[in-house]
Amino acid sequence: MLLGFPLLSLVIWLPILIGLLVFATGGDRNAPMARLIAIIGSVLGFLVAIPLYTQFDPALSTMQFVEKHVWFERFNVHYHLGVDGISMPLILLNCFITPLVVMAGWEVIRERVSQYMGAFLVMSGIVNGVFSSLDTILFYTFWEASLIPMFLIIGIWGGPNRVYAAIKFFLYTLLGSLLMLVAFIYLYQASDGSFSILDYHHLPLPIEPQILIFLAFLLAFAVKVPMWPVHTWLPDAHVEAPTGGSVLLAAILLKMGGYGFLRFSLPIVPDASQYLAGMMIALSLIAVVYIGLVALMQVDMKKLIAYSSIAHMGFVTLGFFLFNAYGLEGAMVQMISHGFISAAMFLCVGVLYDRLHSRQIADYGGVVNKMPVFAAFFMLFAMANAGLPGTSGFVGEFMVIMGAVKVNFWYAFLAATTLIFGAAYTLWLYKRVIFGEVASPAVEGLKDISKREFAILAILAISVLWLGVYPFPLTEVMHATVNELLMHVANSKL
Amino acid sequence: MDFLPPDFSPAYPEIFLLVMVCVVLLADLVAGENRRYIAYLLSQMALFGCALLTFITFSAETTYTFSGMFVDDAMADILKLMVYITVAAVLVYSRSYISVRGMFTGEFFSLVLFATLGMMVMISASHFLTLYLGLELLSLSLYALVALQRDNATATEAAMKFFVLGALASGFLLYGMSMVYGATGSLHIADITQAIQSGVISHEVLVVGLVFIVAGISFKLSAAPFHMWAPDVYQGAPTAITLFIGSAPKLAAFGFVMRLLVDGLGEMVADWQGMLIILAVMSMAVGNIAAIAQTNIKRMLAYSTISHMGFLILGFISADTNGYSSAMFYVIAYVLMTLGTFAIIMILSREGFEAENIDDFKGLNKRNPWYAFVTMLLMLSMAGIPPMIGFYAKLSVLQAVLSAGFIWLAIVAVLLSVIGAFYYLRIVKLMYFDEPVSNEPILPHGDVKVLISVNGLAVIALGIFPQMLMGLSLYAIQNSM
Repeated sequence: MLLGFPLLSLVIWLPILIGLLVFATGGDRNAPMARLIAIIGSVLGFLVAIPLYTQFDPALSTMQFVEKHVWFERFNVHYHLGVDGISMPLILLNCFITPLVVMAGWEVIRERVSQYMGAFLVMSGIVNGVFSSLDTILFYTFWEASLIPMFLIIGIWGGPNRVYAAIKFFLYTLLGSLLMLVAFIYLYQASDGSFSILDYHHLPLPIEPQILIFLAFLLAFAVKVPMWPVHTWLPDAHVEAPTGGSVLLAAILLKMGGYGFLRFSLPIVPDASQYLAGMMIALSLIAVVYIGLVALMQVDMKKLIAYSSIAHMGFVTLGFFLFNAYGLEGAMVQMISHGFISAAMFLCVGVLYDRLHSRQIADYGGVVNKMPVFAAFFMLFAMANAGLPGTSGFVGEFMVIMGAVKVNFWYAFLAATTLIFGAAYTLWLYKRVIFGEVASPAVEGLKDISKREFAILAILAISVLWLGVYPFPLTEVMHATVNELLMHVANSKL
Repeated sequence: MDFLPPDFSPAYPEIFLLVMVCVVLLADLVAGENRRYIAYLLSQMALFGCALLTFITFSAETTYTFSGMFVDDAMADILKLMVYITVAAVLVYSRSYISVRGMFTGEFFSLVLFATLGMMVMISASHFLTLYLGLELLSLSLYALVALQRDNATATEAAMKFFVLGALASGFLLYGMSMVYGATGSLHIADITQAIQSGVISHEVLVVGLVFIVAGISFKLSAAPFHMWAPDVYQGAPTAITLFIGSAPKLAAFGFVMRLLVDGLGEMVADWQGMLIILAVMSMAVGNIAAIAQTNIKRMLAYSTISHMGFLILGFISADTNGYSSAMFYVIAYVLMTLGTFAIIMILSREGFEAENIDDFKGLNKRNPWYAFVTMLLMLSMAGIPPMIGFYAKLSVLQAVLSAGFIWLAIVAVLLSVIGAFYYLRIVKLMYFDEPVSNEPILPHGDVKVLISVNGLAVIALGIFPQMLMGLSLYAIQNSM
């Protein structure tokens, strides 16, 4: 039915165009209008993305919904789009999170509303572009362009130290991606003038260039994921970003790094990936264990969740480099699930921050007495963050640990410590903030969540539980692609 | 012996412009104080006429005239068209700036047009003397333009520095040319190439000449370590003049390098390649690192220019069509960005106030979101962030560098451009994250308003559709080699 219809282009450009329309509403006098267009646009963006799932053929491991046009022939660059079982769920996640982010900023953002809302919509379209590009230059264009709205979101609406955080975020990611660009151009020369990602998948390469390319990719993607030791920008960016920015950063932008490993590192340089797998696993385990301990020590709620994000993303990279189906699929599930859970956690902190304007754990205590409904939601998400069975957090981690056992018992052992540390830092956070005596007159004056906040958290709660109990709809679509990828990686390109 | 008049047709645009400069001078004399706009309109008409002539006589064929001293090829025509557009934009942008500062005079316009004529001659030269003639016509007009406000101490000082260093550079260049002449016995670019090809010429003499020529070129391009004049002149000159110095002459300088190094001394590529690598790396390093410390926006942009010139030089290193066309695309993209940036500085200035400090950009988003947006596009383009044109320019140059096998050079270039991104981002930061220090309304004339918007949007539109300029550059180079 949809054959030949440029669905992916619509999914990319509709949010961008509506975002520009939101910009055009101008000053804060028209703020209600800006909000209205933004919510309609983001919901529309989600609706047009649904056919990507319903029309998707899970039996195929090739690219679907492909669009290919010449973009500029000077360097043989194409406007080439397509999705497979890896990218499609990520696009849906992004389109799903965007309306929630718009809703989260509905009342809280009072200054330059049109620019705020517009930036999120443009961002949403750009991220869809990142996940569906099959041409490296197109990919790079979207990849870098995504820095601009995020830079502005952190810098304009962020906390006191926002300028430092915004510039750190931008330069860190730019450094990583420019080396990736050099690798792309090298591949362009090596493949006799092609920028197509799919061509690179079948390009034979000797081991030395493979390792160099792997390292260039690693820097770009590791900064985005972020992996230890290039993670230091993330806590700063999260702490200073407005709630919506944090949600977007954790739920979506970090996934760009993970996606990069699957689309570029593993299939383009499989031998280097195998060769350096030990290093990657070590870095991932450091992230899981060490960053888990760091999270335990945080006194700032957002920082704590930021560190917990890094630890959870450590699971993702661990899963990638185990080279078995459990690990890889587990990592994918973990990415999607982390998208829901981290979004929910940051939104919960946002709910508290909007009321008390403090992120310090010490300023809270006894919130349950005043906000029982909120406390119940927060409980669910905290449990999911700790990886409680029945929530989506458990599925991914469990699968990755299963995959790790097959490779090496000690990998699995170390990875499994997260079930202890994760529970420790999340539940301790929960205990200090929610339980106990009412800590201060400010907490005494708290009001429970509004209908808007209830709606956002309820949608996320359903997603977390649904994915935790019945992950099949998600694993089904990625199954063929993951198997194909594993077979591809097992074949040497030397 | 019969006297055969040379074929004037390839030089029609130059001749027309020369006539028009005289007309502008005379008309301004007659028109008097209150009708200075006549000179302005005549200048724009002159540029338009030149564009028309160049466009009509455009052909992919290469024709020589004046005993082979003057060449008209595709590259020359396309570069000249770019020069006209740039100069016309410069005139539009600077009109109100110079009129409130008492520079809206016939001299300004005739000097700008003379400089333009100089650039055209440089671009079309196929003889060392013609090259030098064009260069001096351009340089002398620029010295005078910088000193146009004769009561302005900083401008006069800048003009003095510019003149002394420029004269020194010309001396270098002439000395180098004389060495080449001594070795090959000709000043004709075609003869020189032939003589070098024959292999009987003393290589040592040629290399000594080459060193001086490259040094002279670097002066004119403001490439490190011969960049010292640029920051002082950019800062000292009135902004309208800085805009002019920073834009169109770079196009001419590109043509100059093409004629001198590629057409003339192309056989010596192994010798100049190494020199250019040093120049490129030093320029990118000095430009990007020194720019961080600047608080004066014009000075910062001078260092930014130096780093861009380093990137431009990288394009020449691969010494093939691919590289030269990338460099040409880069210089066009650079000129487009420079025009817009200085135009923004000028509209932020007003009578009795120069927007010279980067702090003058503070809170621009609150004062005028549209100009803040345009400035952001320009800054991100300079930093090389897609989808702005600056990225595709960097991409083509890097691609050429890698195709020549210099992976390390490409890595150095991208690492230095991360440093560069910082100071461009700082401008974005000032505009978007800080509170304005002044709430003076920004009220440019209608034509400036339109042109700035077009300029800003061109930076992104030509980035999203880069094929046009890339293809044009490739066409120009392919048909001129």
